[in-house]
Amino acid sequence: MTMWRSVSAVFRRDLRLAWAGGGAAAPLGFFAGATTLVPLAVGPDLKTLALIGPSLLWVTVALAALMILERLFQADLEDGSLDQLHLVDAPLEFIVAAKGAALWTAIGLPLALASLPAALALQTPPHATIAVAIGLLIGLAAFIGFGLFGAALAAGVRRGGVLIAILVLPFFAPPIIFGAAAASKAASEGLGAPGFLLLCGCALAGVALGPIGAAAALRQQTG
Amino acid sequence: MRVDVESLAIERGELRLFENLSFTAAPGAHVALTGANGTGKTSLLRALAGFLAPSAGTIRFSIEEPAAQTHFLGHRDGLKGALEVREHLMFWRDLFGGADDPAEALARVGLTRVADLPARALSAGQSRRLSLARLLVAERPLWLLDEPAAGLDTAGKALLADLIAAHRMTGGVVIAAVHEPLGAPDVDVRLGA
Repeated sequence: MTMWRSVSAVFRRDLRLAWAGGGAAAPLGFFAGATTLVPLAVGPDLKTLALIGPSLLWVTVALAALMILERLFQADLEDGSLDQLHLVDAPLEFIVAAKGAALWTAIGLPLALASLPAALALQTPPHATIAVAIGLLIGLAAFIGFGLFGAALAAGVRRGGVLIAILVLPFFAPPIIFGAAAASKAASEGLGAPGFLLLCGCALAGVALGPIGAAAALRQQTG
Repeated sequence: MRVDVESLAIERGELRLFENLSFTAAPGAHVALTGANGTGKTSLLRALAGFLAPSAGTIRFSIEEPAAQTHFLGHRDGLKGALEVREHLMFWRDLFGGADDPAEALARVGLTRVADLPARALSAGQSRRLSLARLLVAERPLWLLDEPAAGLDTAGKALLADLIAAHRMTGGVVIAAVHEPLGAPDVDVRLGA
């Protein structure tokens, strides 16, 4: 029982920190900015917008997820609280997973919600927007799962953002490919679109493997 | 709670900080680690906490899973500027599976008045007092303290000595790296001599 108490304490604190520190506002602002500006730049051709809309949503969400990863473990390393997380009576993998889950809740859910109006603006038929948002939400689980690993590896690196990007972008590729494919077929096939199940598989892999890799990386950085 | 350190050696990079270090901390012991800057006091504490692998020798604990029975107070207080003082204690209590009242711990370290302030508003001494309160919200037998008196005023140092004495009364072990004498240690480990 103490284990779940520790894990839920980390989840609740990270959730609170994501908003108290103002960190959650930046990726949302980025997402809103990009999905508003690109249509303005593309011009009034609705067909083009409808064509690039799903891909644009997916790329923007992936980059927004990338933005928040740099400080995820670095802040804990710098202020000494990472040391405390090693002394908890619960596997570090679970603690790391709790941090990822908090991030997904604090930033993933708002991003998925924000994608509803954005998808409409990008000419997604109204009945398909929910399917697109669900796909993005699942995709964010994959991005954050793999992102945990990159963020943990780069925790001790100053300005580690570039390193994280290089580390995790290969892992971002499969969910983007399957997710964007599913999103572009969402109007006709909803959640049954090809690619959707593959996207779920990517998310499962990220959620399962990310925390294991991240915990291993963090254990190497305690000296 | 008992700690046995036997012929321990620690290296940082190519540099061997110390070797052949042995000491024993019996239940209720207060071990004072002294030595000039860079002689390995912090590294020794980090090795005891399990953060750092020694290059030779052994550390034996009388308990299973020592990491889950250890409080580590490092140079950095582990505070989040955006969170309130009280929130920190509630978080630590849950994180470390403690059962003690955060309000009592705050009163003990003299921070009741600032309980609702965000941690970024605290002075260095108050931040240190807050991290001392962490030792009180969850009972753990092994305390590893790295320069615990840093930033504390005279009253704060007396408080720290009291906390250490009370912890020893319960059979707990305190291993502290110090520059100035603190409390009444019964084991003196001098590094780099």
